[in-house]
Amino acid sequence: MEEKKELTCIGCPMGCQITVTLKDNMVTSVSGNTCKIGDTYAREEVTDPRRTVTSIMKVDGGELPVVSVKTKESIPKGLMFGVMEEIGAVKVNAPIAIGQILIENVAGTGVAVVATREIKEK
Amino acid sequence: MIRKSLVIIGGGPAGMAAALGAVKGGLAPQEILILERDKRLGGILNQCIHNGFGLHTFKEELTGPEYAARYEAQIEEKQIPYKLETMVMSIREGEEKEIIAMNGREGILEIYAKAVILAMGCRERPRGALNIPGYRPAGIYSAGTAQYYVNMEGKLPGKEVVILGSGDIGLIMARRMTLEGAKVKAVAELMPYSGGLKRNIVQCLQDFDIPLLLSHTVVDIKGKERVEGVTIAQVDEKSVPIPGTEEFYPCDTLLLSCGLIPENELSLGCGVEISPVTGGPVVNECLETSKSGIFACGNVLHVHDLVDYVSGEALEAGERAAEYVLSEEDSGPGGQELTVCGENGVRYTVPSTINMNRMKETQTIRFRVGREFQGVKVSVYLEDTLLRSIPKKTMAPGEMEKVILLKKDLEGKEIQRIRITIEEA
Amino acid sequence: MFDVLIIGGGVSGCCIARELSKTQRRIGLLEAQPDICEGTSKANSGIAHAGFDAKPGTLMAKLNVRGNQLLDELALKLDIPLKRNGALVLCFEEEGLAKLQELYDRGVTNGVGELQLLSGEEARALEPALSEEVKGALYAKRSGIVCPFGLTIAMAENAAENGVEFYRGYRVSAVHLNESGTYSVSCENGESFETKILINAAGVYSDVIHNMLPEKEGHNHLEIVPRRGEYCLYDKQAGNLVERTIFQLPGVYGKGTLVTPTVHGNLLIGPTAEDVPGKEEVNTTKAGTDLLLSNGARSVKTLPGGKQMITSFAGLRAHHADHDFIIEESKGYPGFVDVAAIESPGLTSAPAIGEYVAAIVQDIKPAPMKPDFKDTRAGIVTTEGKTLAEKKAIVAENPAYANIICRCESISEGEILAAIHRPVGATTVDGVKRRTRAGMGRCQGGFCSPKVTAILARELGIPVEGVRKSGEASVILYGGLK
Repeated sequence: MEEKKELTCIGCPMGCQITVTLKDNMVTSVSGNTCKIGDTYAREEVTDPRRTVTSIMKVDGGELPVVSVKTKESIPKGLMFGVMEEIGAVKVNAPIAIGQILIENVAGTGVAVVATREIKEK
Repeated sequence: MIRKSLVIIGGGPAGMAAALGAVKGGLAPQEILILERDKRLGGILNQCIHNGFGLHTFKEELTGPEYAARYEAQIEEKQIPYKLETMVMSIREGEEKEIIAMNGREGILEIYAKAVILAMGCRERPRGALNIPGYRPAGIYSAGTAQYYVNMEGKLPGKEVVILGSGDIGLIMARRMTLEGAKVKAVAELMPYSGGLKRNIVQCLQDFDIPLLLSHTVVDIKGKERVEGVTIAQVDEKSVPIPGTEEFYPCDTLLLSCGLIPENELSLGCGVEISPVTGGPVVNECLETSKSGIFACGNVLHVHDLVDYVSGEALEAGERAAEYVLSEEDSGPGGQELTVCGENGVRYTVPSTINMNRMKETQTIRFRVGREFQGVKVSVYLEDTLLRSIPKKTMAPGEMEKVILLKKDLEGKEIQRIRITIEEA
Repeated sequence: MFDVLIIGGGVSGCCIARELSKTQRRIGLLEAQPDICEGTSKANSGIAHAGFDAKPGTLMAKLNVRGNQLLDELALKLDIPLKRNGALVLCFEEEGLAKLQELYDRGVTNGVGELQLLSGEEARALEPALSEEVKGALYAKRSGIVCPFGLTIAMAENAAENGVEFYRGYRVSAVHLNESGTYSVSCENGESFETKILINAAGVYSDVIHNMLPEKEGHNHLEIVPRRGEYCLYDKQAGNLVERTIFQLPGVYGKGTLVTPTVHGNLLIGPTAEDVPGKEEVNTTKAGTDLLLSNGARSVKTLPGGKQMITSFAGLRAHHADHDFIIEESKGYPGFVDVAAIESPGLTSAPAIGEYVAAIVQDIKPAPMKPDFKDTRAGIVTTEGKTLAEKKAIVAENPAYANIICRCESISEGEILAAIHRPVGATTVDGVKRRTRAGMGRCQGGFCSPKVTAILARELGIPVEGVRKSGEASVILYGGLK
C-alpha cells in the first residue's frame, strides 16, 4: 500500500515542505527538500521521529541558580517528557564547564545530557 | 576619562561580532571597548537555551548560550576590553563622540571615541502598544520575560497559558512551558500567517498539539489580581474582531509575542535618523547612520530572524568602523550615491543608500516582505532596467531575505536608484 | 486604643492622617490592600483643578479651591511633583460661548483667581495643536498637574514620620459601637482595633463601611456608585503635544474628555464616565478607548498614533447621587466620621479635606498640637534632571544609583532600595512603580519587573514567589520548576 506524508522540515530555518512516499511503511521517495538534511529528516520523521531536548538543570553554589542543558543527540520524540522528568530530578554542583556531561544516559535513550553554558562558582 | 578608537554599545551577538570585525579591519583590540549592561556578554542569547543557532556560521546546530560562548571565547582570546553591568546613559555625536556610562564599581564614566557602533538589540512590543482591553492583573508577560524566568531563574510564571502572537519567542515558549508541565491552550495570531519560522510551528506547536489560531486576537482579559482567562475572537481582513466569534479561554497567564522593536533611545538622543518602517537607524553601505562615525548593526538596526545574520552584519559594521577610524580623509567619500528602494511588498532595505566609491566588490542588501508570497521572484532593477531575478517558492514576513549586488554590475551606469521588487514568477 | 482610626489609605485618608498627626493623638490607618494608594487615588487624571467647575456653595467647591491653594506650599514642603501648567476649557460651538461665560462666573463666585476668556484664535496661539473647530476657551492659569501617587505617598510618609501607624493588608470586615462609646473595628485577617474616633475614608467602599453600622435616625443607608473612568497613556515622545490641560465644555458630544501632559511628561487622555455595578471593575474596554480617541481628536488636531500609546487603565470614582462630598460626623453615631463620595476633584481637594476633617475631629474631642511636628519630607533622591556633576556625586555616595533597573525611565536600584526602606515603604512591584516610576515607561515593566521582583524578595527577606504585583492574589511566579 502506498502512502504520502507532507512534512515541514525542521532541519534549518528554511522550513522546506517535503513529501515522503511510503510503501508498506518503507520510504520509497522524498521530494521537496533542498538539501541532504531534509532527506534525512524526512526519512527519520516518518519512521522514528527524534528531537533534541533543551532545558535547564538546578545548580548548587553557582553564579546562576540553573544551568542550561541539551541532549547531546536527538532522542525519540515520544520520550521527551521522560527525559524532562529525569533532567528535572537532578541537581548539579558548580562549577560546570560547557559541554560537561551531566547525565550519561538519559531515560534509557543512550544519549547524554550536557551543559550548554559554563557556570562559575558563586 | 577614557579615550578609545571605537566604542561598541551592547555586548550581545551584534556587539561581539562587531568587535571581532573591527579587529579584522585592523584596529588594535585595546583600542576597542564594549559596554554591556548585563552581568555577562551574550545578550538575549543567554536565555535562548533552545537550539537552532549557528547553522550558517558554524555549520552545526547550537543553543543560544553555546553560540554566545563561541564569540565570547574569541573576545577573550583577542583580549578585547569590555565592561559589564555598565549602562550607557547618552551618546553625543561629533568629531569625537562622547559616551556617558555608569556602573556600580566605577561610578559615572566619560568615554571619548572616534567611532561608535550601536548594537543595543531590540525589545518586545508591550501590551500597551497592543491596546488589549480588560483588566491589568499579574500574569501578563512578554514571552521574553517568561523565558527569562524559566531559563535563567528556574521559576514558572504560569500553569495555564494562552499566547498572543506567533513570533518565534512565543512559539519557543509554548514548547518550553509545555515541557515544564504547563498547559498551553492556544496561540492566537492576528495575521493570517505566523510571524515565526515554519520549523518552530512544527516542533513547538504541532509536536504538542497546541492549536495555532490564525486571524485571531485577544479581545478581553479577565481577572483583577491574577489573570483568570482571556477572550479570543476571530478577526476580519482588516484585523477587526468579528462579533459572535468570541471564545473564552480560562488561563492564569497571557504571554505576548507580538513583535520586536529596535531599542533606539540612545540613537534618538544623539540625533540619528530613524526609519519609520524598521524602527532602526537609516544606514548607508557601511552600515553607518546619518551621523558620521556612528554605525549600527544587529537588531537595533532592523529585527533579524536568525542570529547568524546578525553576526554577519555586525562583522561588516565592525570592519567598516575600523576603516572609518583608520582612514586619513576628513571629507566625505564623494562619488556616485545610489538609493536602494524596496517596492511591491519589499517593506524596507538595509542599507538604503550605496556610495559607489566605498562599495566593496559585493554588497548584501537585506530586506523583509510585508505579506506572504508564493511562486514569485525577487527582481533587481537599475532604474527601469532589469538586472537580475531570483525565483522564490515562498516568501513570508517572518523571514529576512537578501540579494547580493556586484560592484561590476553597477559601475559606470548612469543611474540613481536600485529598485528591489517582488514579481509574479 | 486609638484616639483616631482612619479606614482607607487613599489620598483622602493619607491627607487626614498627615493633618491629624500635627496633634497629640494616637492615630492609626487601616488599608485593605498591601499598599496605600491602590484605589481611586492611583487611577485618575492627576489634575490640580482650579475650582471653576464645582457648583457654588457646595462643599466640593469650597474644598476644591482651598485644596488647590494648599498644594503649592505642600509640593515644596513634601517634595511632591506639581506643575502649574494652566488649563483651557474648549468650546466648539457658538452656542457654547454662553456656557463658557457661565463657567467663568462660577469660577469667580467660587473664588478662583486668574481666569480669562479667550477667542478660538487666542486659544490656538497658546496651544498650536488645538483644533480649528475651537470657537472659544476659558483659560484657568491656576490649574495644574500633580502626581497622584506622589501626593498620596508623600502625605503617608510624612504622617508616618509624625507617628501615624499604618496597617496595610487590613481589610475591615465589621465595625461595632461599644457601650463605652468607642468603636471596635475587626479585619478579615483576624485582627481588631478599638478607637475613640473612627474615620471612614474607604473610597468606593465608603458605603460598605458606613452601612456596617446599623441604620438608624441620623445614620441613613449610604450608596456609593462606582463610576468608571478609562484613560489612555502615551509615550513621553507625545508628552509635548500640549502644554496645558485641555478640557472640553460638556455638550452634545457627551461629557468632555481631557487631553493633558502629566507631571512626568507623558500625554494622558481621559476619562470616560460609566457607572458600573462592581467596586473592582477597573477593566478597560475597546468602546472606552475608541470614545476617548474620537473625543480627544476633537480637541487637538493630531493625536499621536496608536504605537505611541503605552497603556490604558481605568479608575473608579466614588460617586453619590447628590454629587457633593459627604464629610460629616454621623448624627446617629457620635465619633464616626464619613469622608465619602470623594469623586473628582477629590485629589485636588484632599489637602483641604485633611484640614476639614481635622477640624471635625478637634470639635469632637480636642487635643493639643504637637510641638515637634515635622512638616517637611524629602522625596526619593533621583538623578533625573541633574547635571553630570550632581549625578556623579549621587553615584559616588550610593553606587546602587549606577545600577539602572528600569531602562525606559532610567530608574536605578538606588531609588528602588529607597522606596522599599522608607516609612510606609513599598512591598509590591506596583508599590515600587508608584514610588519610583520603575515600570511606568514605554515597555511597561517588561524588562524591569523581574529585577524589581528580585530586589523586593531580597530586601524583604521573602522568596521571589512571595512577591506580589499589587493585591494578595496577584501572584507573579508559581515557584520553582518541577
